[in-house]
Amino acid sequence: MSRWLRSFGAFWYDFIIGDDWRGAAVVVAALAATAVCVHVASVNAWWLLPAAVIAALGWSLRRATFGRA
Amino acid sequence: MNSLALFLTVFVACAVEAVEALTIVLAAGVTREWRSTLQGMAAALAVLAVAVAVIGPALTLVPLTGLRLVVGALLAVFGLQWLRKAILRASGYKDLHDEGAIYARQVAAAQAASGGGRRGVRDWYAFTLSFKGVLLEGLEVVFIAITFGDNQQNLGLAAAGAVAAVLVVAAVGVAVRAPLSRVPENTMKFAVGIMLTSFGVFWGAEGAGVSWPGNDAALLAVIPATALVALGYVALMRRAGAAASATAVPVERSAA
Repeated sequence: MSRWLRSFGAFWYDFIIGDDWRGAAVVVAALAATAVCVHVASVNAWWLLPAAVIAALGWSLRRATFGRA
Repeated sequence: MNSLALFLTVFVACAVEAVEALTIVLAAGVTREWRSTLQGMAAALAVLAVAVAVIGPALTLVPLTGLRLVVGALLAVFGLQWLRKAILRASGYKDLHDEGAIYARQVAAAQAASGGGRRGVRDWYAFTLSFKGVLLEGLEVVFIAITFGDNQQNLGLAAAGAVAAVLVVAAVGVAVRAPLSRVPENTMKFAVGIMLTSFGVFWGAEGAGVSWPGNDAALLAVIPATALVALGYVALMRRAGAAASATAVPVERSAA
């Protein structure tokens, strides 16, 4: 049963997150920061998530290609 | 987002997945046995239909803000993964997706596998190969159709886009009886990565409480901006790759 659960979890991890978990972590952190900006600081931070996604993508690509050219 | 954009986005995304599933089904059917292959495909389609019937309506019960936050986050993460792979392929750091080569590998594996039936199925290998292929590719279709459909509160149209894509690909596959290698799959995957990431960012931020400047019209800026960034990364990485190869050659020559 535990092996089945592990395979099930591994499948969904690979399906949604894939090769680089850092991108997912940045998206979740940016969404949390956006919610804090909007609901606590009353700042309409629409730019925060796009900026974080662009940075996360660049970071992930850099890690994937570093020293491989 | 108007109905046409919803339909086209789901259609293109699902067509890419359907092309990949077709390659696996063809390899199993041509090499092994069609009856077991079609049984495997039908079983996978039944599982997917149950998933849509259960998850789709269940998600409509979730308040729209919460749904957009969760689905937006999932789409942004999922889209980022697609876009990353598409950029790596476009810039030459990852092999291009080649249906012809994948078909040849699947055929070789199917020819090497041993035969034998099980549980009323004549060829268990053909059944499981077809079942797994259709289920795995179909799950992505279901994920995209449900997330887009529920967010736009038009699950029917999203499902129609997905079904239309599967039917078109299946019809072309039956007509040509070969993997659809001429479909510009890598370009389509690049476009789908841009759309998934853009909609994920848009809905995720909205779910977190943001009011986009211009409301829904902001998507008309978010999608091209995502495309420009992705193309910019491709150009940068190609240039870096070319520069690295140019400096590597004299070193090799001087060593020789």
